[in-house]
Amino acid sequence: MTTLRARLLAAALGTVAIAAPLQAHRLWVLPSTTIVSGDDDWITFDAAASNDLFFPDHQPLRAEPAVIQPDGTPGKVEHVNIGQYRATFDLHMVQKGTYKLVVQNGGVMGSFKLDGKEQRLPRGTKPDQLATAIPAGATDVKLTESINRNEVFVTAGAPTQTVLKPTGVGLELVPVTHPNDLVAGEPATFRFTADGKPAAKLTITVIPGGSRYRKSVDEKTFITDAAGQVAISWPAAGMYWINATTTTPSAAIPNADKRMSYTAVLEVLQP
Amino acid sequence: MQLRHHLILTGTAAGLIAAGPAAAQSVDLSITVPRLSVAEYHKPYVAVYLEATGAPARTLSIWYDVAKAKNEGRKWLNEVRGWWRASGRTGNYVSDGSSGATRAPGVQKISINAARLGGLKPGQYTLVVEAAREVGGREVVRLPFSWPLRPGQTIQAAGKTELGAVSATFKP
Repeated sequence: MTTLRARLLAAALGTVAIAAPLQAHRLWVLPSTTIVSGDDDWITFDAAASNDLFFPDHQPLRAEPAVIQPDGTPGKVEHVNIGQYRATFDLHMVQKGTYKLVVQNGGVMGSFKLDGKEQRLPRGTKPDQLATAIPAGATDVKLTESINRNEVFVTAGAPTQTVLKPTGVGLELVPVTHPNDLVAGEPATFRFTADGKPAAKLTITVIPGGSRYRKSVDEKTFITDAAGQVAISWPAAGMYWINATTTTPSAAIPNADKRMSYTAVLEVLQP
Repeated sequence: MQLRHHLILTGTAAGLIAAGPAAAQSVDLSITVPRLSVAEYHKPYVAVYLEATGAPARTLSIWYDVAKAKNEGRKWLNEVRGWWRASGRTGNYVSDGSSGATRAPGVQKISINAARLGGLKPGQYTLVVEAAREVGGREVVRLPFSWPLRPGQTIQAAGKTELGAVSATFKP
């Protein structure tokens, strides 16, 4: 299980630590809809890592997403079920406005040698736990800090801005165009930040859902400008998976890299 | 989406001569809801709204399942996608008298009074009629016009699937 989870994590991160083919597994949290108009609405979600978007064929998401409600307070998903291939959960829209669901993970990945034997750090080790996690006398210490965000935005009624504020931690999408106001044929502008600073020259990968029913993945890439800003065009309505990764030197661990990834599923509507 | 609309502007000679601010005071709308031969038919949700560049859209009328218990009909309002984005999601259509029940196939008439049109600045507008049907399709018919209109002027267009002929006549 640990191995599977580690592989799932690595696949979700798209890290280079594990053989390239595993990168094909993409993690996604797919809402049934992103916009509701009633007075007592629910949105249901599927979440998995899979080869084809959004066809669950590999591993369910095992973490429960955090919910940020339109007023900025934490909320909760309900009816969480982790199945063989996908997890499902529901969100009760008790407030009007835009909600954000976040799955964030990361920590320090790495290995060291003790008495000639290689050992791996436990999953989810935090930088401030390194002093105790790595015993005295360890050699060949190799460390990588990582932080990965997976987000979904959904709106009851009119879109609001509160949940769109970045946290300043990891790689983040800062919407200029509201993520629940995307329409085919209208380019959307997003700004990306890495630890709160503009993420310039970042490659944004955009893949439309339903790749199982196409001959090609049809992925498109867009590159952010000096301000971290990018205009993304949507050729057709549908659910889209967007992803970006970047590596910078770690501020918390000397001589280590910090790998950051951002993933979101966005709904693009017909004009 | 690639609909071709005929736009016919008609006006009386008197109207043309009587130039100036003889603004129309109300608009009589005729909207044809086509009779469709489909396996499962539901009456469409229909929105009538006014668009202008640089100004918020204005809902003139929205037909939906108003009689459902606990306002459940509102759950589906966002299916009238264009209207929901342009006006519905921020509007107070529930309390402002623009909402009404869905209507049966046939020629449906509504009249928009002066108060609802009040405050229009001279310029280019589009009257939009959008229909969305449960287990069915969605269609938008656009009728561009310039305000103020000549009294008696009629604008018309027609849909192909979810809407038939649509016309608006402006009354002094």
